[in-house]
Amino acid sequence: MILIWMLCILLAGGILCWLAAQRQPLLARWIALITVSADLLIACWLFPVYQAFPDNSSWFINYQANWIPALGVSFHVALDGFSHILLLLTYFLGILAVLCSWKEVRERTGFYFFNLLWTLAGISGVFIAMDLFLFYFCWEIMLIPMFLLIILWGDVRRHYAAYKFFLFTQAGSLLMLLAILALYFIHGQQTGNYTFDYFALLQTALTPSTAMWTMLGFLIAFVIKLPAVPFHNWLPDAHGEAPTAGSLLLAGLLLKTGAYGIIRFVLPIFPQAAADIAPWMILIGVAGIIYGALLAFSQTDLKRLIAYTSVSHMGFVLVGVFSFSSIAMQGVVMQILTHGLSTGALFLMAGMLKERLHTRDITKMGGLWTSMPRLGGMAILLTMASAGLPALGNFIAEFFILLGTFSNNPVLSIIATLGLILSAVYSLRMMQKVFMGPLISTVPVVDLSARELIILTALSISIVVLGLFPQPVIDTVHHLSTIHPLLHE
Amino acid sequence: MQQYLYLIPALPLAGFLVLSLAGRYLSRNFIAGIGAGSICISALITILLSARFLQSPPETGAYTQVLWHWFSVEGLVSNISLRVDSLSLVFICIITFIGALIHIYSIAFMREDRDYARFFASMNLFVCAMLMLVMADNLVLLYLGWEGVGLCSYLLIGFWYETPGNYRAANKAFVITRIGDTAMIIGLFLLFKELGTLYIPDVLARATQHFSSGADGVTLIAILLLCGGMGKSAQLPLQTWLPDAMAGPSPVSALIHAATMVTAGVYLIARMHTIFELSPVAMQITAIVGAVTLFVAGCSAMVQTDIKRILAYSTISQIGYMFLALGVGAWSAGIFHFFTHAFFKALLFLAAGAVIETLHHEHNIFKMGGLRKTMPVIFWTFTIGAAALAALPLVTAGFFSKDQILWYAWSAGGGHPVLWALALAGAFITALYSTRLILVVFWGEMKTTPGHLPSRVMTVPLVILAFFSVAAGWIEWPHNILHVDLFSEEVQHVLPATVLKEGLPAEIVFQLIAVVVSLIGIYSGYSLYYGQSPLLQQWKQSPTVMSVRDFFFSGWRFDQLYDALIVRPFLFITRINKSDISDKLYTAIANVSMLLNRQFSVTQNGSLRWYVTGVLIGILFIITLQLLL
Amino acid sequence: MAPIHAHTVLVVAAILFVLGLAGVLTRKNILFMLLSVEIMLNSAGLAFVAAGARWQQPDGQIMYLFILAMAAAEVSVALALVVQIHHQRKSLDIDQLKELKD
Repeated sequence: MILIWMLCILLAGGILCWLAAQRQPLLARWIALITVSADLLIACWLFPVYQAFPDNSSWFINYQANWIPALGVSFHVALDGFSHILLLLTYFLGILAVLCSWKEVRERTGFYFFNLLWTLAGISGVFIAMDLFLFYFCWEIMLIPMFLLIILWGDVRRHYAAYKFFLFTQAGSLLMLLAILALYFIHGQQTGNYTFDYFALLQTALTPSTAMWTMLGFLIAFVIKLPAVPFHNWLPDAHGEAPTAGSLLLAGLLLKTGAYGIIRFVLPIFPQAAADIAPWMILIGVAGIIYGALLAFSQTDLKRLIAYTSVSHMGFVLVGVFSFSSIAMQGVVMQILTHGLSTGALFLMAGMLKERLHTRDITKMGGLWTSMPRLGGMAILLTMASAGLPALGNFIAEFFILLGTFSNNPVLSIIATLGLILSAVYSLRMMQKVFMGPLISTVPVVDLSARELIILTALSISIVVLGLFPQPVIDTVHHLSTIHPLLHE
Repeated sequence: MQQYLYLIPALPLAGFLVLSLAGRYLSRNFIAGIGAGSICISALITILLSARFLQSPPETGAYTQVLWHWFSVEGLVSNISLRVDSLSLVFICIITFIGALIHIYSIAFMREDRDYARFFASMNLFVCAMLMLVMADNLVLLYLGWEGVGLCSYLLIGFWYETPGNYRAANKAFVITRIGDTAMIIGLFLLFKELGTLYIPDVLARATQHFSSGADGVTLIAILLLCGGMGKSAQLPLQTWLPDAMAGPSPVSALIHAATMVTAGVYLIARMHTIFELSPVAMQITAIVGAVTLFVAGCSAMVQTDIKRILAYSTISQIGYMFLALGVGAWSAGIFHFFTHAFFKALLFLAAGAVIETLHHEHNIFKMGGLRKTMPVIFWTFTIGAAALAALPLVTAGFFSKDQILWYAWSAGGGHPVLWALALAGAFITALYSTRLILVVFWGEMKTTPGHLPSRVMTVPLVILAFFSVAAGWIEWPHNILHVDLFSEEVQHVLPATVLKEGLPAEIVFQLIAVVVSLIGIYSGYSLYYGQSPLLQQWKQSPTVMSVRDFFFSGWRFDQLYDALIVRPFLFITRINKSDISDKLYTAIANVSMLLNRQFSVTQNGSLRWYVTGVLIGILFIITLQLLL
Repeated sequence: MAPIHAHTVLVVAAILFVLGLAGVLTRKNILFMLLSVEIMLNSAGLAFVAAGARWQQPDGQIMYLFILAMAAAEVSVALALVVQIHHQRKSLDIDQLKELKD
C-alpha cells in the first residue's frame, strides 16, 4: 500500500503544482521539492523494513488490488532490493532535478513541475509494477511528460529532438505491447487463466521460436531505451536539447528503465532465448562502448559529448547482463547507480556552464578553472568517475562487469576493457577544453552558488561513498544472481 | 605499532581533504604547515615503524591492518587493508622520507604561486595514493593506488594548466600510462580467473601450485603485468610521456617522476615475483625491455638541452637498470638501485629546480653556466647527485647499486653477455652526460644573471639528500670487498635470493671494467665539454653526426611514430564520424516517409467529385474482387 | 395484379442509384448534388423494402425507416451548411470550394 501512496503523492503533487502556479509560480517549486522529498523519506524509511525482513532475497512489499478484473489486469506492485535501490536513486535525482530547475525555468513553472513529477511517477511505477499491463501503462506515462519537457522547455532544436525521442521510444514500446499481448494470450490458452500478472507469466512455457520472437519484442524496447548501438541516435539529440533537469532525468533514470527491464523481464521470462541471443547482445554492448567513446571524443557540444559517454557506459550494462556472471550482474547494478549519479552530475555541470556562458560549445570555453575553482575541482572528480578511476563507484561497476565477463568471454571483455583507455581520452579532452588552457570567455563568470554547490556535493559524495563502501548495494541485490539459471553456475 | 599503520596514508589524505575543501580560506603559512606537516608526521611514524620492524620482525613477516571491508562478490573478497613487509617498508620509507623533504622544499619553491593550496593538496593526495599502492594487501587496492598516482601525476603535470603545452603533456601522461594500466587490469582478470583470488599472499602461494613453470597462462599474466609496469615506469615502448611530464613544477618531477611513482612498475614486478619467476620468458622480456630502454633513453639524455629533460631521460634509463636487474633475477639489486636512485635523482631535480628558479625559468643548459661561484650549495649538492648518477666508485651510492646490477646482468640466472654489454654502454653514457651537465651548467662563463638565491628552506633538504646520495650505498657492499649486506638481507625476507651461474670469472674483473668504463665516460665528458673542444666543433659541421644527434634528441622519433600510427588515424576516424554515420539510416527512413507523404498528398486536392470518383472506383474494385474470387 | 418480382424492383433501385451517382459526379451546384444523394438514399431504401417483401420479413421496412430518419437529419444539416456556404462565398459551385485541399 505504501507503494501506491508514493505514486499518488507524486501524481497529486504534480497537479497541485500546476494549480498553485496559477496563483504563485514560486509556490510550485516548493510543492515539487516537498513532494519528492516526502517520497525520498518514505523510500529511506523502507530501508529498515527491508533489513528487518527475514529473507532478503525476495519481495518484501507486495500489494495487489483489482483494476480491470475482466481482462486479468490488476494493480500489482511489489518491491525487492533491486527496485528499492532504483527508487532511492529516482527520488534522489528527482530532488536534484527540482533543485536545478529552481532558477532555470521561468515560464509555465507550474506545468513544468507537473511534467517533472509525472515523469518521476512514471519511472517509479515502472520500477515497482508487477503487472505487465500496469508496467506498460507506467512506461507510457513517463514518456509523454518527458516529451513535453523537451518540446516546451528545450533548446533551439527541441522539436526535432523531442519527436525523435518520442518516435524511437514509441516504436520500441509498441513492439513491447505486442510481445506483452502475445505472452498474455499464450499463457491464457495454456492455463485458461488470462492474466497480466508478472509472477503468473513467469511460468509460461514457450516454444523456442515463440520465445525468441516475444523476447525480441521486449528486448528491442529496452535496448532502445538503454540505448545500445545502433538504436542510440535519439539520445544525443534528446540530451542535448532537453532542459538540464530533463537531461538529468533522461541520463539518470530513463536509461535505467531499459536496463531494469532487461534484468526484470527478459532474463527471467525467457531464460533460454536470452541465453541464445547473449553473444550478440554482448557484441552490441562492446560495439556501443567503443563506438560511443569514439563519438564522444569528437563532439564539440558539451551535452552531446556527455550523451555519447552514456552510450559508451550503458554498453557495459548490456555486456554485464548478458555475460551471465554473478559478479557482472552486481556490477551492472552498480553501473546503473553510479552512471546515474556521475553522468547526471556532468549534465548538471553542463547546465551550470550554459547558464553562465550561454553556449554548449566547448571550443568557446576554456580556462574556466581559474574563475571557477570549485566547479573545476568537482569536474575533476566527475570526469575521473566517468573515466572509471578506482575509489569512485564507477570503477567498482566496470571492474565487476569486466571481471565477470572475462571468465565467460575473454576476447570481448578485453575489447570492452579498451573502452577504459578511450574513456580516459574523451574525459581528459572534455576537462581540458572546458577548464584548462587560457581563458577564452569574455563574460565574467561566477563560481558555484550555494544551491549548486549543494547539488554537486551531494552527487560527488554519493559517488565516492559508493566507491569505498559498495557492499551494502551488493548485499541488497545479491538475489539477482538467482534470476537466471545460467547465473547459478 | 601495527594498529597505527593506517596513520601513514591517512595523514596525507587528511591534509588533502583539508586543503582541497578549505584551502582557499587559509593563510599561506597554514597551508604549508598542513601540506608539509602531514607528510613529515607520516615520515616520523614510518621511521618509528621501521625501527620497530627491524628490531623485532613480526612472525608472519608483515604488519597488517584491516581498515574496513571493501566488497565481496562470488569469491572475490577485497578489503581496504594494509600490509607492510620488508619490500613495502623500503618503498614506504622512501616515499615518506623523500616526500617530506620535497614538501619542505616546495614550501619555499611554490611560495609565489597563486594556487598554493591546490599544489599541496595534489601532492598530499599523491603521497596517500602512492602509499596505498605499496601498502595494499590485494591487487584491487593496489590498482586503486596505481590509478590514484596516475591522477595526481596528471593534475600536477598540468598544474599550470593555462599553458597549452602543459595540459597536453598531462593528457599524454595519463593516456599512455592508462594503456599500460589497462593491460595490467586485464592481467588481474586473468589472474582471478586462474587463481580465484586477488589477495596478494594467496596469489603468490597459489601460483606455485597452480602453474607449472613456463605455462602459457602465467607467462601471459606476467607480460600483462609487465605492460602495466612499462606504462607507469616509462619503459620502452611506453616511455614517451615522461620527458614531456617535465612540464610540471620541479618538486613534482622530483617526487613523482623520479623518486616514487615511476618506480611503481618496479614495485609491481617485485611484488609479483613468484609469477615472474614461473615464467622465464616474461623474465627475459623484462630484462630486454630494461636493457634496451636504458640504452635508448641514455642516448637521448646525451643530447638534450633542457636540464629537466636530461634528467627525465636519465630517469627512464635508470629505471631501465632496475627492470634489467629484476629481469635477470637480481631482485634485491633492482630494489637497491631504486633505493639509491630515489635519493640522488630527487636531489638532482630539486637542485635543477633551484637553478631554474634562480635563472628566471631558464631551462636551456647552454644559457646557464658559471654558477659554481654564485650558488655554491647548489653546485656541491648537484655535483654529488651527478656523481652518484655517474656511479663514481666507492664514494657514491649510485656506484654500489649500479655495480651490483652490472655484475648480475652477466652472472645472475637470467643474465646474458649482451645485456651486460648494453648496461655497460649505458653506464658509459650516463657518466658522459652527467659530466656534461655539471660542466655546462656550473663552469664556463655566466650567460644569465641569477635572481634571488634559494632560501635555507630549499637548501637544507638538498644537503640532506646529498648526504644520503653518498651514504645510502654503504649499507650494501659488494661481497668481495666488504661483507655488509644489510639491505639485501632485509629484502630477501620477501624476495628470493639471486642465483648465480656456474663457472664465472671473478667478480672483481667486472667491477674493474665497470669502474674503468664510468671513469672513461667522465673523462670523455670532461674533454668534450670543458672549454672549447675542437672535436665538438667538428661534429657540429658534420651532417651525419647532426642527424644522429637530432634522432636522439627527438627521443628516437617515437613520438612521430605514434603520431603517425595511432594519433592521426584516431583523430581522422573521429573527425569524419563526428555527426554519427548511423544517424543517416534514420534520417533516410524519415526522408522516405516525407517523400511518400508528398506523393500521396497530391490526391488530396479538395475536389469533392474527385473523392466521390475515388470512392466509386474503390467500391467497384472491391465488388470485382468479390465476384472474381 | 401480378406480384411484382423482387428482381424488377432491384433493377429499378439500381437505376435510381446510378442516376443519383451520376448526378453527384456531374452536377456543379451543391444543391443538386444534395438532391442526387437523396435519390441514392431512396434507391437504397427501395432495395431494402423489396428485399423485405421477398423474404417476408419486417426488417426491410424497419431499415427503410432508419434511412428515412437519417436522410431527414442529413438534409437538415446539409441544407444549413449550404445556406452558410452561400452566405459566405456567394456561390454554390462545387469546383470553387476546394478549401480542404492539402
